[in-house]
Amino acid sequence: MATTLRRRNKQPEDSHPDPKPDEDDDDIKDSKPIKKSGKNNKIKNYSCLDNCCWFVGCVCSVWWLLLFLYNAMPASFPQFVTEAISGPFPDPPGVKCVKEGLKAKHPVVFVPGIVTGGLELWEGHQCMDGLFRKRLWGGTFGEVYKRPSCWVQHMSLDNKTGMDPPGIRVRPVNGLVAADYFAPGYFVWAVLIANLARVGYEEKNMYMAAYDWRLSFQNTEVRDQTLSQIKSNIELMVATNGGRKAVIIPHSMGVIYFLHFMKWVEAPAPTGGGGGPDWCAKHIKAVMNIGGPFLGVPKAVAGLFSAEAKDIASVRALAPGVLDSDLFQIQTLQHVMRMSRTWDSTMSMIPKGGDAIWGGLDWSPEDGYSPSKRKHAKNDTESSTQSESEIEATHANYGRIISFGRDAAEAPSSEIERIEFRGAVKGNNVANNTCRDVWTEYHDMGFGGIKAVAEYKVYTASDIVDLLEFVAPKMMERGSAHFSYGIADNLDDPKYKHYKYWSNPLETKLPNAPDMEIYSMYGVGIPTERGYVYKLTTAAECYIPFQIDTSAKDKNEDGCLKDGVYTVDGDETVPALSAGYMCAKGWRGKTRFNPSGIKTYVREYDHNPPANILEGRGTQSGAHVDIMGNFQLIEDVIRVAAGATGEELGGDQVYTDIFEWSEKVNLKL
Amino acid sequence: MTSVLRFRFRKSCSNNETTFRSYETSKVIKKQYEKSKTIGRQRWWCVNSCCWFIGCMCSTWWVLLFLYNCWPVSLGGMIEPEPPGVRLKNEGLTAVHPVVLVPGMITGGLELWEGRPCSRGLFRKRLWGGSFAEAVKRPLCWFEHLALDNETGLDPPGIRVRPIPGLIGADYFVTGYFVWAVLIENLASIGYEGKNMYLATYDWRLSFQNTEIRDRSLSRLKLNIELMYATNGNKKVVVVPHSMGVNYFIHFLKWVETPPPMGGGGGPGWCAKYIKSIMNIGPAFLGIPKAVSTMFSAEGREIASIRAMDPGLLDSEILGLKTMEHIMRMSRTWDSVISLLPKGGEAVWGDLDSSPDDGHECLLERKSYFQSNSSKHRTKYGRMISFGKTASEQNSSKLHKNSPMEVMQAIKSATCGEVWTEYGEINWNNIQKLADNKAYTTETFIDLLRFVAPKTMQRGEAQFSFGIAKDLDDPKYAHYKYWSNPLETKLPDAPDMEIYSLYGVGIPTERSYVYKLSPSERCNSIPFRIDSSAKGQCLRGGIYYADGDESIPVISAGFMCAKGWRGKTRFNPSGSATYVREYQHKTPSLLQGRGLESGGHVDIMGNVALIEDVLRVAAGESALGDRIYSDILKMSDRVNIELYSQS
Repeated sequence: MATTLRRRNKQPEDSHPDPKPDEDDDDIKDSKPIKKSGKNNKIKNYSCLDNCCWFVGCVCSVWWLLLFLYNAMPASFPQFVTEAISGPFPDPPGVKCVKEGLKAKHPVVFVPGIVTGGLELWEGHQCMDGLFRKRLWGGTFGEVYKRPSCWVQHMSLDNKTGMDPPGIRVRPVNGLVAADYFAPGYFVWAVLIANLARVGYEEKNMYMAAYDWRLSFQNTEVRDQTLSQIKSNIELMVATNGGRKAVIIPHSMGVIYFLHFMKWVEAPAPTGGGGGPDWCAKHIKAVMNIGGPFLGVPKAVAGLFSAEAKDIASVRALAPGVLDSDLFQIQTLQHVMRMSRTWDSTMSMIPKGGDAIWGGLDWSPEDGYSPSKRKHAKNDTESSTQSESEIEATHANYGRIISFGRDAAEAPSSEIERIEFRGAVKGNNVANNTCRDVWTEYHDMGFGGIKAVAEYKVYTASDIVDLLEFVAPKMMERGSAHFSYGIADNLDDPKYKHYKYWSNPLETKLPNAPDMEIYSMYGVGIPTERGYVYKLTTAAECYIPFQIDTSAKDKNEDGCLKDGVYTVDGDETVPALSAGYMCAKGWRGKTRFNPSGIKTYVREYDHNPPANILEGRGTQSGAHVDIMGNFQLIEDVIRVAAGATGEELGGDQVYTDIFEWSEKVNLKL
Repeated sequence: MTSVLRFRFRKSCSNNETTFRSYETSKVIKKQYEKSKTIGRQRWWCVNSCCWFIGCMCSTWWVLLFLYNCWPVSLGGMIEPEPPGVRLKNEGLTAVHPVVLVPGMITGGLELWEGRPCSRGLFRKRLWGGSFAEAVKRPLCWFEHLALDNETGLDPPGIRVRPIPGLIGADYFVTGYFVWAVLIENLASIGYEGKNMYLATYDWRLSFQNTEIRDRSLSRLKLNIELMYATNGNKKVVVVPHSMGVNYFIHFLKWVETPPPMGGGGGPGWCAKYIKSIMNIGPAFLGIPKAVSTMFSAEGREIASIRAMDPGLLDSEILGLKTMEHIMRMSRTWDSVISLLPKGGEAVWGDLDSSPDDGHECLLERKSYFQSNSSKHRTKYGRMISFGKTASEQNSSKLHKNSPMEVMQAIKSATCGEVWTEYGEINWNNIQKLADNKAYTTETFIDLLRFVAPKTMQRGEAQFSFGIAKDLDDPKYAHYKYWSNPLETKLPDAPDMEIYSLYGVGIPTERSYVYKLSPSERCNSIPFRIDSSAKGQCLRGGIYYADGDESIPVISAGFMCAKGWRGKTRFNPSGSATYVREYQHKTPSLLQGRGLESGGHVDIMGNVALIEDVLRVAAGESALGDRIYSDILKMSDRVNIELYSQS
């Protein structure tokens, strides 16, 4: 193909100069000398234009030809090639289970997480004309490029209420299409759905509980009646499937959304669903939480604090200027921050449980973890001395979720001088009004406030909430009406009837449903954000004053600190501690959080990166979203949906030291 | 993407002045090239000019596409009139009652959940609706998957094709061809959204009761109505069914109040509690004649006219297509087609000599459509099927008086190996005899169908019934097969409920057919076909036309609301209010697309007046009153049905 193209490319260049003299000859012979000069000019122009057209034509034809070949290709061809290269595929779990004779039994409910659910436009301003019921979030994200500021305007919620801004209605997409694919080709639930379909599932016994993931949980009910819809759909499916209880499969933030639901549904009417105290026992067989951030994620802190995360920090490390360039007047990050700060749901994932869970200045449950240690433990070959020395080298104070400067992150607690920031005078920012329309609350904060924040040096999980309240008072005011991050001393205290506690597993009791099962299924073996090293930004007029210090790195490659981010074991987003603690310890047996003794199981899936590109996102991945394509996990889900219990699955399946870590957590159970 | 486009645009802009001149002079250049060509160059020149031409086309196309995309949205908006939703919003209407949309036949999308190996890679892709790409790519596979089981009328083993739930199930039928989309958009502009609008999709191929048995569609509908009622401040719902959805919803009304195993167990007050009004759009209350020809020979007006234009195309054996036979085999497995057979027999649809809509003057209204024929001959619409034009016009005394029952005594003998359409089982002589009988009314036609398609009708008649009830209190009417026939059920006890019948008029609509025997005797062919050469008053292409909305004659759409349910009749014992609202068809100009004032069966969903009516009722208004253009009241008076019980 390439050679013919090259030949074609050369040919016209050769042939073009030739005809020109001939033309001249012809013209003379035809004795039309008057036209001669004019024509000559034209012909020169044409040869350039012609070349362009010719080239475009070539490319188009080749493209069409390839497209045609691609379409004419039998559907099994790619698989054939893959099998030829990397050996035969294992059977997809659905097929395997069908062969074993498993059949659809319990109805299945999916609860998608944050970000992965599609949102569509129902009413908008002028700039969104013609996009009625088109996806704004998910799909191709075409509108983000075409009309970015309009898009940001429509995706943001109201600053005060956390609900729709006037004149704008953006609503979740309904049905399985809401979250089967996030963007074209990037599956979320699609693989799981396809495999469930093999054992006989279809729309009547499979339900996607799509909700607007930007809202606080209670507001999804207030605005869209989403919780009521989920309730009645579960009731319907249980009733039409011969009274078989439902298996719930929440993912990511859906996990805490469903915790909220379980409290809501049994609470009496005005704030709750009025299902009565045994609703869960009657309607739910098992809750299979996938990658659940039960106790929050540190990523949410970085997101709220400086609209950053590992991805953005490493972009910044690679090309320092791009994101901050004032040149194009883009202010991307500021816009992102302004938008995401109007989303109440991000506050649901701030680390919960404070120092007791996440560790204080000098200790944390995961102390002693090193990425290399687990590798060696797995291989069982390396000499122990070497790995021990590495542990010492990479000892990290995970308890310090935010530290200003690397020194502060590593110094023993006694050496850190902290100046209290709470109550510090924020001062006035003179540059406030020049910052165009961007609004990130940082502009209400003067230099004094920023300095005070930096001088506190180190923030643990308990300090984080105060910190956020200091830098973003309005947002946190909204958020604290809907979420709480503490640990309950006395769960029978009547104040815990308020819905803001429902999504925090440390401040609620599980429902009274002794036959129910709770699974925590998550990937491990991927470095996951746990703590951050921050620095002050070099001042510019409109800016976010804090930034992850990407220069902070460990000396050796295996270190926990990279680009200013301390990592720990987890699924790339949720640390194993947050995903596993409740099921490994907090709810194990009859504890005060689990008075009826619901059985809990921890199932970890070790991450194996896909062997080659052809495998796509892998069938053994442990990453936060890619795990939805993990064959082992899918098989577990199908087995439970077909009637198996946790014991039949094999109980716990653990690769990390989650039980050890859980023991270190000092919590009255 | 945009940056690339812009680059291309800029590039072609710089050359823009010369682009068009290049076309003119390319001929000159070509001539000159030809003169100077050597043999080697000639070959290259051909390839080059091809490439050059494609390149030109592509670039121009891109430029146009780019300009089109850059076209300010507001500029297009200025031409269009304000949509009714926006206008009514400015009047102060807001969403009050939740709205339930019930789509009709054909327009609902179907997707694949499980299939044979040939359908690999199509999991959860649309088989019906969308682009119909698969029907073209792998037609046999497609037919196989869309057909249902011959015996049960349910899924064939190993195949699961399911309706697409949610608004996307029926907003657009094929890309760009709206069904509900316009109505949804207008409802949204007065404040409707997912929580108070529900599209009740169901598998329209199944019989109504089977949608519940297989998919729980009726239970879902019930639950969603209850849910929306509860979550919208106990406001009753407004139901908007379309086409066959109307029959489906009548079935639902009975189902929901019937106690469990067979029904939904909602209890006798359910409809009164939850339903404010039912706004039937293009209702096929009493069936449609189109179903007759579909069942009999898989034909309709469209296919008959294709055949008239190019007789060989559909029947060509050269390609081995047998399209019609495949279509017939598939559509005969769909029980729902049977639900649309004309109901009410000769009382509604007329007998050999007269019918309620006789005297409809096609000539005066539509000169352009029909050949002028001065004879004051009344069209005999009652003869649903006649063999030959003369038979359709003759006095009934001259007709061959063979009862179809006699013919049906004749012995069947299978003549073909693989039986496809049940016609294969019938001896050619018998077919001849059937044709000798000349004219069939609605009632005798159903007898005829029982003969030519015994299995289909056996399956169908377990699910549907086409008669008129003598005594509605007869316990046999508790069976679900009567529920979708308005002449064999009572409306629920809901005196506050309103029933609207909204339909288009002013379009010639199929009413009865002139048939002939098809020429070939080969295996698996369909022995009858519409005689597309027959022409006359109200008769074109072998089809007699009456007034209607292109699919449903006025008598079927309007009778129940104009007469059958008006006041307290035995079919409407609680006296629910009924209204007839007709919309006169206006042919849209080319620029208008499918028109804002269309009366066509599907296009009426974009009719501004109809949308306004629906929005007003949804926003709380009631008792819109009648709005009549056709002779429906006169016709209804001629229908001889006992409306009040004897006792």
